[in-house]
Amino acid sequence: MRPILLQGHERALTQIKFNKEGDLLFSCSKDHVINAWFSHNGERLGTYDGHSGAIWTLDVDSQSRFLVSGSADNTLRLWSVQSGKCLYEWEFPTAVKCVAFNETDDQVVCITEQRMGYQGAVRVFNINRDGDGTAQATEPAHMFNPIGSKATVCAFSYVQNRIVTGHMSGKVAIFDYKTGEEVDNNERAHGDEVTDLQMAPDRTYFITSSKDKAARLHQTKDLKVLKTYTTETPLNSAAIAFGKPYILLGGGQEAMKVTTTSLRQGKFETRFWHKIFEDEVGRVKGHFGPVNTIAVSPTGTCYASGGEDGFVRVHHFDQTYFKAKPYGEWEILD
Amino acid sequence: MAIPNGTGSNEIDDTIDYSDLEAKFKVVTDESFDNIVVLDGVPIIDNSRRERLLTKISKEFAKRDSTISPNDIIVPWDNATGKSKGYLFLEFKTRADADYAITAMDNVPFDAKHTFRLNRFLDVEKYTEMDPTYVEPELEVYKPGEHLRAWLADSQGRDQYVTYRGDDVTVHWHGKPSQCEVAHTRANWTNLYASWSPQGTYLASLHRQGVCLWAGTSWELRQRFAHPLVKLIDFSPNDSYLATWSHDPVVVPEGSQQGPNYFSLEDQGNNVAIWDIKTGHLLRTFLIESDDKKQLQWPALKWSADEKYVARVTPGQQISVYELPSMGLQAKKSLKIEGVVDFEWCPHGDKDKEEAEKAAKSGKPGKVKENMLAYWTPEVSNQPARVTVISFPSRSVLRQKNLFNVSDCKLHWQNQGDFLCVKVDRHTKTKKSIFCNLEIFRVRDKDFPVEVVEHKDTVLDFSWEPKGERFAIVSSSDPNVGNPGPGITVKTDISFYQLERSKGDFKLLHTLTSRTSNTIRWSPRGRHVVLATVGSSTKSELEFWDLDFNTEEGKKEGTGDSSGIQPLGTADHYGVTDVEWDPSGRYLATSASAWRHTLENGYAIWDFKGQELQKHILDRFKQFLWRPRPRTLLTKEQQRQIRRNLREYSRAFEEEDAAEETNISAELIAHRKRLVDEWNTWRALCEEEISDRKKGKKAERRGEEAKEEIEVWIDEVIGQIEEVVE
Repeated sequence: MRPILLQGHERALTQIKFNKEGDLLFSCSKDHVINAWFSHNGERLGTYDGHSGAIWTLDVDSQSRFLVSGSADNTLRLWSVQSGKCLYEWEFPTAVKCVAFNETDDQVVCITEQRMGYQGAVRVFNINRDGDGTAQATEPAHMFNPIGSKATVCAFSYVQNRIVTGHMSGKVAIFDYKTGEEVDNNERAHGDEVTDLQMAPDRTYFITSSKDKAARLHQTKDLKVLKTYTTETPLNSAAIAFGKPYILLGGGQEAMKVTTTSLRQGKFETRFWHKIFEDEVGRVKGHFGPVNTIAVSPTGTCYASGGEDGFVRVHHFDQTYFKAKPYGEWEILD
Repeated sequence: MAIPNGTGSNEIDDTIDYSDLEAKFKVVTDESFDNIVVLDGVPIIDNSRRERLLTKISKEFAKRDSTISPNDIIVPWDNATGKSKGYLFLEFKTRADADYAITAMDNVPFDAKHTFRLNRFLDVEKYTEMDPTYVEPELEVYKPGEHLRAWLADSQGRDQYVTYRGDDVTVHWHGKPSQCEVAHTRANWTNLYASWSPQGTYLASLHRQGVCLWAGTSWELRQRFAHPLVKLIDFSPNDSYLATWSHDPVVVPEGSQQGPNYFSLEDQGNNVAIWDIKTGHLLRTFLIESDDKKQLQWPALKWSADEKYVARVTPGQQISVYELPSMGLQAKKSLKIEGVVDFEWCPHGDKDKEEAEKAAKSGKPGKVKENMLAYWTPEVSNQPARVTVISFPSRSVLRQKNLFNVSDCKLHWQNQGDFLCVKVDRHTKTKKSIFCNLEIFRVRDKDFPVEVVEHKDTVLDFSWEPKGERFAIVSSSDPNVGNPGPGITVKTDISFYQLERSKGDFKLLHTLTSRTSNTIRWSPRGRHVVLATVGSSTKSELEFWDLDFNTEEGKKEGTGDSSGIQPLGTADHYGVTDVEWDPSGRYLATSASAWRHTLENGYAIWDFKGQELQKHILDRFKQFLWRPRPRTLLTKEQQRQIRRNLREYSRAFEEEDAAEETNISAELIAHRKRLVDEWNTWRALCEEEISDRKKGKKAERRGEEAKEEIEVWIDEVIGQIEEVVE
């Protein structure tokens, strides 16, 4: 499994995403640039320039038409994937930490930081898909301030009007974004900050990773923990593989502690765990800094990881990956 | 099977019994009459002579150092006769005073006719109210206790080990993968560390108050030794005695518990205590001073192999040998040896032990072999350094050897007591470089012939093969030896030597050059050896070697050719700090302890070939210890028999293994099937829900479009009454 090394960022990667077809890969980093790549050969398609701060988050819609990105320059931007033009810009008092499209691509949720006296806020915008996309409403359709520990990650649930959030304290919660009410929560989902939250294709379950060294699979309906994957390193990202019953976990020593530990110590590998049996099945080495973000192509043929070292590594799975049955024959539904 | 890294329960185990401490420090309020004494045998007097009598009595008491003022004497008066009743009450200040008065004044003549009789006031009451009928004391029913060596009777022949991680102390069983299980676990079992006794009978835990010993299958508390702030402990070879050391000298506060199990005033200021394990009695305490600069040598007291003696060295002066269990100085005098630095008892081999047992059975004590003891003295003005072997208790010198240009010596006995190797670090004339001589005493032969193996480099580690005639050394010519720095890994050579019976000298078998290994660990059964790089931040290699690769088991080995030395495998355990073989020599455990560093703490178990069997990375992991096994009870003949019939036994074992393997895999597959089924049913449910939801949405939408009004008639049955119509 020889990876394609994407060298388009000068600073740590913050998030990467595949589009629905899996042919394009979007990456954003602290160096203010968003890159779009062809996933099959690693060629760069283009960049989305305009942000003037570290870009924390991005998401692409299922038609690969619009891209949203959130940055430390306190703006949320809507881009045309095809032309690279910025179509619209929302400005907030604080940085944007997480954005996500809904299933039907007509809504975007975003989390802004709790900082400088401003409360952390969750906003939901309606995206006007008619025309060229520049005609957007300035004000959010819904907005609320979650009380208690601040939200770090979020995604739309499959249930209407509901979003799922992960929090600084390790809490995972469901909010009704229309009322701003916390419908359900699991205070002790994790022991430390939730660093990533990725939905399964049908959004009935999702995976969270945390600094408490564990990743967990949750049921979206009632936040019941289905599976737990415990590692020995703080985790920054967790992704669900498609087509195969695996979970991909990435992490490592915190960036600020890296210089004081050896590479051997850092545990900068991407780990593959069996989704059902909660057993580690393999590791992929490569990064020389913590893995910050992992994305799996919806086609299930490749995955990419972005590290603190500024590289994105795209791995196309070998034939052996598809043939291997480390636990024997099982028919496991996705 | 992965054991989850999650932390265990935080339950605080309160099985430790503090009641003795509570009793010890309980504030006693003195409301009793125990300071009052009844004085009998006093002349009967009338009122006029009362004053005189009381002063006389007071004086009489004062003669024997017991103070009682006339004011504290109460005279009971018989009003009918106007005379005293012939006894008095004396009220002393404290109970101790009263006790003293009773011992001092009882049976003391007052005058020709009268003799004092003293009794405690409370006793008078007690004895008058005593029931005169004799009641048979009830016999306590004998309850058979747990067998202290029950773990040896494990049907699968498993070994045990203890781990200490965070606050949890856990005893594990180690066997085949399916048989590894936790035998017992307790939070806060120990406050410092855990330790096995040399025969594996007891598990010792260290607390602020002292040492606790645990044993049996339910790990009951077997014995307690109250040595406050104890830091180091050392068992005698056969689990009979225990030495404890605390940095702080013993203080006996007033009112502390008395008895043979506790320190008394004489022990104040000492810091080492010797205890009898079975009774829990304190045998003796010592003060062992250590310079602040120099580390304390521990064990400070060394036990002879047969537990008859325990000895300590006073550097530069003498070796004091004490008899056990009386702890009296043997022959009432120490061995005065000017300049003595260190000594070692000769261990007893299996042969010696058998002979001793035979002698004990036949009841002929005369034949018992004497103990041996080796010590060395450094060069002092014109006198060469010297290694001496003496027998004990006869104290006769068996062999002495002079050595020159010595900077340090280490005494290494082979574990069967066949050889003594003295590793002599020697300096050149200029004292700039150090080289090494190995002086090997063949103790079993007549006149103790000494072989010398010269080595040009510094020898860092020396290790005898247990029960063997081979040894291994780690040597290095690296200039960095002796000044360890961060990131410096010293290059070392490892050499194996073997005794050549015909010539009677030791021959170099094989040298492995430019390694980083600094630790040699022989398997307890010999033959296999592991070389490890311990305590380095960059290297952590383990090398597994077999020294008799070509020779068949059972054949007379030791042909002296090096072709039998073969590597079996190499492995790596990052950050390894400790390497230990299990008592059977089948497995090796390596651990990275949080006491040394905090990188990747945890432990791993390997087989003798270097295959990893288990690995657990656990933060805050501190200690790993195999439970030692006592010597086998089988005779030589029985052992030979087993070896001869090994084929048959192994067939049975193999069958068992195969059966178990299929059993496990069946179990595992069933478990997995359950998991998969659970998951699949759940997924099916989810899919159903989603499709329902979609349909619902569509229906909603259609409903909105059509805006049909639908009337629904609802029939509701409110109640049914059945009546019988006649």
